[in-house]
Amino acid sequence: MPGKLKVKIVAGRHLPVMDRASDLTDAFVEVKFGNTTFKTDVYLKSLNPQWNSEWFKFEVDDEDLQDEPLQITVLDHDTYSANDAIGKVYIDIDPLLYSEAATVISGWFPIYDTIHGIRGEINVVVKVDLFNDLNRFRQSSCGVKFFCTTSIPKCYRAVIIHGFVEELVVNEDPEYQWIDRIRTPRASNEARQRLISLMSGELQRKIGLKVLEMRGNAVVGYLQCFDLEGESGLVVRAIGTACTLDKLSSPAAFLPACNSPSKEMKEIPFNEDPNPNTHSSGPSTPLKNQTYSFSPSKSYSRQSSSSDTDLSLTPKTGMGSGSAGKEGGPFKALLRQQTQSALEQREFPFFTLTAFPPGFLVHVGGVVSARSVKLLDRIHNPAFVGIMGNTRSYKLLDWNSFNSDEPETRDAWWAEIRQEIKSHAKALGCHAVVGYSESTSICEEVCILSASGTAAVLNPRFLQDGTVEGCLEQRLEENLSTRCGFCHIPYDELNMPFPAHLTYCYNCRKQKVPDVLFTTIDLPTDATVIGKGCLIQARLCRLKKKAQAEANATAISNLLPFMEYEVHTQLMNKLKLKGMNALFGLRIQITVGENMLMGLASATGVYLAALPTPGGIQIAGKTPNDGSYEQHISHMQKKINDTIAKNKELYEINPPEISEEIIGSPIPEPRQRSRLLRSQSESSDEVTELDLSHGKKDAFVLEIDDTDAMEDVHSLLTDVPPPSGFYSCNTEIMPGINNWTSEIQMFTSVRVIRLSSLNLTNQALNKNFNDLCENLLKSLYFKLRSMIPCCLCHVNFTVSLPEDELIQVTVTAVAITFDKNQALQTTKTSVEKSLQRASTDNEELLQFPLELCSDSLPSHPFPPVKEHLESASSNSGIPAAQRDRCSSWIELIKLKAQTIRRGSIKTTVTVEKASPVGDGNFRNRSAPPCANSTVGVVKMTPLSFIPGAKITKYLGIINMFFIRETTSLREEGGVSGFLHAFIAEVFAMVRAHVAALGGNAVVSYIMKQCVFMENPNKNQAQCLINVSGDAVVFVRESDLEVVSSQQPTTNCQSSCTEGEVTT
Amino acid sequence: MTSELDIFVGNTTLIDEDVYRLWLDGYSVTDAVALRVRSGILEQTGATAAVLQSDTMDHYRTFHMLERLLHAPPKLLHQLIFQIPPSRQALLIERYYAFDEAFVWEVLGKKLSKGTKKDLDDISTKTGITLKSCRRQFDNFKRVFKVVEEMRGSLVDNIQQHFLLSDRLARDYAAIVFFANNRFETGKKKLQYLSFGDFAFCAELMIQNGTLGAVDSQMDDMDMDLDKEFLQDMKELKVLAADKDLLDLHKSLVCTALLGKLGVFSEMEANFKNLSRGLVNVAAKLTHNKDVRDLFVDLVEKFVEPCRSDHWPLSDVRFFLNQYSASVHSLDGFRHQALWDRYMGTLRGCLLRLYHD
Repeated sequence: MPGKLKVKIVAGRHLPVMDRASDLTDAFVEVKFGNTTFKTDVYLKSLNPQWNSEWFKFEVDDEDLQDEPLQITVLDHDTYSANDAIGKVYIDIDPLLYSEAATVISGWFPIYDTIHGIRGEINVVVKVDLFNDLNRFRQSSCGVKFFCTTSIPKCYRAVIIHGFVEELVVNEDPEYQWIDRIRTPRASNEARQRLISLMSGELQRKIGLKVLEMRGNAVVGYLQCFDLEGESGLVVRAIGTACTLDKLSSPAAFLPACNSPSKEMKEIPFNEDPNPNTHSSGPSTPLKNQTYSFSPSKSYSRQSSSSDTDLSLTPKTGMGSGSAGKEGGPFKALLRQQTQSALEQREFPFFTLTAFPPGFLVHVGGVVSARSVKLLDRIHNPAFVGIMGNTRSYKLLDWNSFNSDEPETRDAWWAEIRQEIKSHAKALGCHAVVGYSESTSICEEVCILSASGTAAVLNPRFLQDGTVEGCLEQRLEENLSTRCGFCHIPYDELNMPFPAHLTYCYNCRKQKVPDVLFTTIDLPTDATVIGKGCLIQARLCRLKKKAQAEANATAISNLLPFMEYEVHTQLMNKLKLKGMNALFGLRIQITVGENMLMGLASATGVYLAALPTPGGIQIAGKTPNDGSYEQHISHMQKKINDTIAKNKELYEINPPEISEEIIGSPIPEPRQRSRLLRSQSESSDEVTELDLSHGKKDAFVLEIDDTDAMEDVHSLLTDVPPPSGFYSCNTEIMPGINNWTSEIQMFTSVRVIRLSSLNLTNQALNKNFNDLCENLLKSLYFKLRSMIPCCLCHVNFTVSLPEDELIQVTVTAVAITFDKNQALQTTKTSVEKSLQRASTDNEELLQFPLELCSDSLPSHPFPPVKEHLESASSNSGIPAAQRDRCSSWIELIKLKAQTIRRGSIKTTVTVEKASPVGDGNFRNRSAPPCANSTVGVVKMTPLSFIPGAKITKYLGIINMFFIRETTSLREEGGVSGFLHAFIAEVFAMVRAHVAALGGNAVVSYIMKQCVFMENPNKNQAQCLINVSGDAVVFVRESDLEVVSSQQPTTNCQSSCTEGEVTT
Repeated sequence: MTSELDIFVGNTTLIDEDVYRLWLDGYSVTDAVALRVRSGILEQTGATAAVLQSDTMDHYRTFHMLERLLHAPPKLLHQLIFQIPPSRQALLIERYYAFDEAFVWEVLGKKLSKGTKKDLDDISTKTGITLKSCRRQFDNFKRVFKVVEEMRGSLVDNIQQHFLLSDRLARDYAAIVFFANNRFETGKKKLQYLSFGDFAFCAELMIQNGTLGAVDSQMDDMDMDLDKEFLQDMKELKVLAADKDLLDLHKSLVCTALLGKLGVFSEMEANFKNLSRGLVNVAAKLTHNKDVRDLFVDLVEKFVEPCRSDHWPLSDVRFFLNQYSASVHSLDGFRHQALWDRYMGTLRGCLLRLYHD
């Protein structure tokens, strides 16, 4: 009996009138935890009852404490008939179970009813007395901290980053149970809410157990998702990164550390291996071992309703390994390595983090992704009873008969995909995947599972505590090395996994870098960026015939490779059009609907100083004889060139001109390549001229040989840049802007459009979808115009296809204001700085790269494109039009690499070094005057930080799931009114919970699901929303300033963990 | 491609003041969009009409949801659904309870009942204020009236406390409630030259001096009703007009004092008895509800108009009224000095305010 939960019901306010006669309410409260229920007295005739109850005490296992939510129900007492429910409050008491988090939950909670929404508020106090329990075989994992934040939380230091943890739990969906046919919608919704709450609790507990087994104490980048598979069940799955975190004792000591990057820079160890070929030896041995000794069978052995893919251990063996590692000392690593290499502790060397401690990320290989199409109904066929009805739950299932084996199936699916990801990463010469995420898209019985991440080489220092000593000496050398390392290719240049186009790093001149770099992570803080970044989106629709089951799955599988290909082409084109050379935060979402597939890729484009200047886009025509056509082409070409020039100006991309001597002769192949392409495409002379205009840079050729291609070019040009004063990105921070002021506005915007079913062609669809997204962005810019100058950060688009002709787009982002004048200054400075640095570096390091140059230059890194193209595309049976437009190797690879069910490897790499010196200084100066914050205001942001403020405490994870339903849709203002009110209520409930924990903000907030269904004919609608984030306490930087300025700049590379993210 | 659903929800609720005004003014979304387009906002921001439409809809929806809370402003402060900075909350409330002078004119002194509401259509046509806006304003009056009707204590304080209005607006509402409660006739053609401000000023004076709360602050009764006892007592003032000697004496006292100081002395002298009789009779008649309602009509008829037709300057009116009310103290046969002072104190203020073109 290791815990005592105490609850006190204080008062209520603004209750609804439940008794029409008196216009009052006789309210009382039921407090339920597990199977125990307490009741307060009835407070007669009041809308603002004062119960002031005694302390209700629940004596419970800590396992239950983790799984169960506290359930508070407010009712209206009725002497003669059944008591009417007013509404409920679910309180997750998990935050009370960590030692450092909240100690009490106390505050006003909105009373929520799934039919009526928020109906008044209730004041509750909750406490937990936890008794220490040393039982090692316990099933609970109290004390493991969870963070949604995908970087090391601000007031912590990462001692070890253990790696990937995952878990999934499956259950029947109450919405589809037979009982749902006879119970009220309210009862059904509540059953669902409660179940999901329970399942999340269980999931979190199980993940916690895995973390304990790995000897970690926290999960960072925790992402939990629901798959509503309809009649085949409800899956709750989660992934995260297990870490051992140390709390930084003095927050003030930490602050100056990040404000003085110049110092910190020297401290940061950097595992820069001069020879790219030997990178694979960099990682610690366990990593390597497991890479090669993977045995797939492992992931299938697990216990009943949970998945164990990661550890592949039963809890018992886990304990064993734990004690082995416990011996400690220098032998620990070795010991563990020996004992655990067999257990493959890091079966999947994945990290859900998107930002890392300095020095953690050594090289980045590029984006790896995998998709798989699965049929849901197949699993359950034997148990399927299949009664069709006309109620909401139209199928009757016998659940118990197959529940037990379900997690295995799902686990197997995910294991398969993860395996794929891992092998992709290996092909890129990387031993790890960072910025890893998983998602699903479900339509009827078809489910697309997707996973993506960024292949990377990591510094082993953070992965194993035993290796720190070895790193010490390394550090000295590392100090000398440059900071463009992460751009350098991790794979073997002579044995490349794909035909890449390499040049010498524009920063250090000694390593090879690719021409473009795509990643799913945030921009490393030490990377040198020129100009500003911008949001780049690729949008795509493909019609699909309606089909059933397997035929449907096959159709989707066949479409997927084309979708991926097109999405990547679009991204590449748009990136070039912006004059940029790298994408960060890339997220490609493929959504499946009844009769179409939608692809939406969002990323933040930047110009990395270490990568070569991107070439322009050339248009080539197929029919050179036609004069007017020629004219048209040249006209288009001019427009494109103008756009590129305009964009360069807009985003302030003025890469320093580096003299030829320093660079050495550039790799000559770009020109050859373009010529090659040109001859292939039989285009005319103006291309040559244009080629010249792009100088020696690599040019990107677009061939206009059919209307399709025309469309593409047009769509390229239709993307309107944000109005002046606005910037947007989907990463945490906007590259090139450092002086945030403290005003933030987080928002969610949802749009649903109905397509006219008449002329559904791919083009029309694409246009509709494109317009939808563009208009949505325009609306956002308009709405937030009062915040100018500002930047929309972490713009997160989600597409779903709720019905045949409906497209739903949900956007969550945060608008942050910044100080324009200082922004200009800072950029300038950082450019200057990087220039200086570049030249000094070049001088210092000249001898070394020269040697390398002579070696590698002759060996032409770019094989004849033409042949490659031909062979690749003809093999894969790509339509001629597309084949011809394959102008970059990236698409090639994709085409080749794609097997039916999966995606592709995407690659790139890059750059360079930090500009934090300038940034840091300015940031110091720009500490914004704090807006007078009113008590009770709770800020919400999808970012991991709050501009102009310092997070002093993490109070725990917020993970909430709500259902709202209405049978009076028109009366509530139609679908818009209904959803608007619901989202506002969700925000309110999140804020109330945070405030009750004693916090004043939610960071890393994310709306993971917003499933909206309507039936206007019946005047009904239903919506499910799932949100999560980290509740925190923050203090305005201005309040801290006095303290921090007195603190000497303490060393500690550790303490600068992630501080830079806030710049 | 039609938009089925289009919403924007901010963690901090966005309030666009311009759209709020349009909403308060009762414009439909379409009209509001048209008005916004005309304001040149599209050119300023480079937005499209569709964006404007969506934005306007969004704001309207938000306001619609907020309206329920605005009906009980303290709720707006304590609710959790919309996170709105305090300054914005104040703005929302103040604007919501603001009213049009043209509208208040039409309903001032009328019973705030359903029957009157039917007339809102006419008022809307007459004033050019949209029916929606009329409804809101009327409902505001009625709501404030209902809430403070039975309350004890200061009327202005009660209104401020329950509706969180600024001092200025609370005073205006006090006047409206006071007028509605006593049903003063304000609609007569003769009174057309008066502004709401004039009435509000008078109402405030009357609340201060003529109600129960005014005499005895211990007895914290309502501010809304005129002090019945006081009205009853004022019958006693009749003697000032009825008793010929007293009237003559009064006249001579006033004339003596004002001789040479008044530009319109002769007109005053000629009219003194009429004016005095008028004022005294107004006081004496106030026992009847009907006469209370006609108070302002009577004052204008009996005093303002005669003076105005003789072109008294305002300063002369002031001199006259001061002297007229002070001289009574020298009338030996008159015993109701206190009563007179209370009456004239209010009346003098009112008349001076009412005396203009």
